[in-house]
Amino acid sequence: MNEIEPLAENILMPDCAIAIENIGKRYSIGHLRASDDGLRHKIENAIRSPLAWLKSSQRKHPKTEDFWALRNISFQIQKGDVIGIIGRNGAGKSTLLKLLSRITVPTEGRIRIDGRCASLLEVGTGFHQELTGRENIFLNGAILGMTRDEIVSKFDEIVEFSEISEFLDTPVKRYSSGMYVRLAFAVAAHLEPEILIVDEVLAVGDAAFQKKCLGKMGSFAQSGRTVIFVSHNVEAVRSLCQRAVWLKDGRLHQDGKTEEIIEGYFNSISDAVAFSTTNAEYGLTIQKVTLKNMSGEECGQFHPGDDLIVEISYDAEKRVERPIFALGVLGVGGSCFTSNMLLDGHRPEYLEGAGTVTCTFKSLPLLPQSYTVNMRIQAASVKEIIVPYQEVARFSVVGDLGEYGYRGEYAAWALRSTPVVVPYEWRLPDGTTAAVALSRRSN
Amino acid sequence: MSELLIEAGRTERQYWRDIWRYRELFYFLAWRDMLVRYKQTLVGVAWSLIRPILTMLVLTVVFGKLGKMPSGGAPYPLLVLCGMLPWQFFSAALAECGNSLVSNSNLISKVYFPRIVVPVSSIISSFVDFLISAGFLVVLMFWYRYVPPATVIFLVFFVLLMLGASLGVGLWVAALMVKYRDFRFIVPFVVQFGLYISPVGFQSSVVPARFRLLYSVNPMVGIIDGFRWCLLGSRDSVYWPGFVLTVVDVVVMVASGIWYFRKTEQTFADVI
Repeated sequence: MNEIEPLAENILMPDCAIAIENIGKRYSIGHLRASDDGLRHKIENAIRSPLAWLKSSQRKHPKTEDFWALRNISFQIQKGDVIGIIGRNGAGKSTLLKLLSRITVPTEGRIRIDGRCASLLEVGTGFHQELTGRENIFLNGAILGMTRDEIVSKFDEIVEFSEISEFLDTPVKRYSSGMYVRLAFAVAAHLEPEILIVDEVLAVGDAAFQKKCLGKMGSFAQSGRTVIFVSHNVEAVRSLCQRAVWLKDGRLHQDGKTEEIIEGYFNSISDAVAFSTTNAEYGLTIQKVTLKNMSGEECGQFHPGDDLIVEISYDAEKRVERPIFALGVLGVGGSCFTSNMLLDGHRPEYLEGAGTVTCTFKSLPLLPQSYTVNMRIQAASVKEIIVPYQEVARFSVVGDLGEYGYRGEYAAWALRSTPVVVPYEWRLPDGTTAAVALSRRSN
Repeated sequence: MSELLIEAGRTERQYWRDIWRYRELFYFLAWRDMLVRYKQTLVGVAWSLIRPILTMLVLTVVFGKLGKMPSGGAPYPLLVLCGMLPWQFFSAALAECGNSLVSNSNLISKVYFPRIVVPVSSIISSFVDFLISAGFLVVLMFWYRYVPPATVIFLVFFVLLMLGASLGVGLWVAALMVKYRDFRFIVPFVVQFGLYISPVGFQSSVVPARFRLLYSVNPMVGIIDGFRWCLLGSRDSVYWPGFVLTVVDVVVMVASGIWYFRKTEQTFADVI
């Protein structure tokens, strides 16, 4: 390419894999009026046109509202970088990936990509239910941009990785969801691009498989290739990426070392999460997840030793049999503790209509930091996930380190250690004992 | 070397290079469509023979025996089949091509490739069905001991016209269908209607001469006439102004179809 504007040429470093320059994507939303939906409405509007004319002259507002899913985003990714993109739902992560993988075009700005690029926004894109595993490997490979020869040469590896060799000639519609995902990821994992763009694909599959996927991505990254990784799973971002970009409301909020970004991300509690989700297949809506303190008030701030009550409000249109709830509390340093019906065996017989499930974590043994609550709901079959593991609420713990019994010279370093504290006692060689415990009474 | 520029606006140069890079995908998608079409059917590919045979019998009885239409010397079933091959291809291609983007919406919204691959491969898979039915025409010619005239070498030209007409209309419908699902209802209607206004069951010479040019506005008229002229040598079919009009029609449709498709394809993922 020789007709690059001088500006761009100045910016682009020689070993830059991706340069994003002032990119923006606008969607028209808001009054998504019937007029945009079909021909009938076009015709209808034409017939009613005199009336519509009057209306539009009265109100000057256009029918559609512009919504910038992304705006003024600029950053560069060096070759060999493994970069994580984090942010809330709706922050523009997926839009950015769609722009990078050329599924949709930017409204303004530009992106320069140097190297063969493959993107994985979904596991099993283009799989056809009626086709066999073997046929789908070829089809999916071709759709992801592999040539026929490449697929043939990697075929055995793909089959081995997916562990489905016995079912190679069975239509994938007869596969279990686990087999399906394994096969789909196996194909994608054997793409050999210089730049790999991955969306939340790790949210599926069982734990062992997720580990395998992460391992594959890790080795991919270690071989010096560029990876762009988007995830809600902050743990995965932490373990894979050196650098992270934090998107917030369509803007680039912060860009830097993963540790710092994640800390900032966790600390941005001020804007409380209003979580709600619906799984249409199961007819289950989680209306909200609220955190309450011991007196039953909604609360975002706790003291060490307080009880934390997580209240999950649901509305089940259909009867959901024996669902499995799991909650996890995560801090800056990672997962702290969980409550999981899969482990303790207590499950509701069924959910029907509106109701709540609450879980009380007794006397929080946490340091004064920010935490998130993640939740997952699995169906009775365990394999089927009704609500994938994700962040549903946030809270912070406030308190003085002295209350924890931390009175040493370097007590402030506590915030860099693990956030979970349990009472302990030292017995020293001279026979003295020293108990370290929360001084706050937990009532 | 393989640098890529994504920019608001056009990316003309990369477009054609990408089509070349994804050339194998044309084959794979067409292959998938064909594999899937007859999965879990008892007689499988035989369906692409049964349909034209039955239609041919019905049309022969209705127009040839009951309507006593002229056949221009050729056996009536042959006359009908020569008209039906391009017509059935056109209607099948139009239906499949029109639906192709919407039925592949999961691909469109999740992975990049030149979008034009999807409608074109649906035409390729319809063309395979056409070739199978054409095999039946050859068998029928042997049966009637009918030797095609020397004009048969021009058949290639009319096959190309037929492909062009399907591609042109197909691209329009596919692109429009992304936004206006109304075409899901319009297409079957047009196909049904078209069977009667195209000279499938009869010769176009039965149309009064003064209406013949107007009649030829429908590109399938020229194409079907061309098929009959090439395969049966029927002089009645030759109507030069009509042929010229057909060629113009097809060129305009292909060019405008590609233009409109290119113009709208960048927003497919946002709209679909």
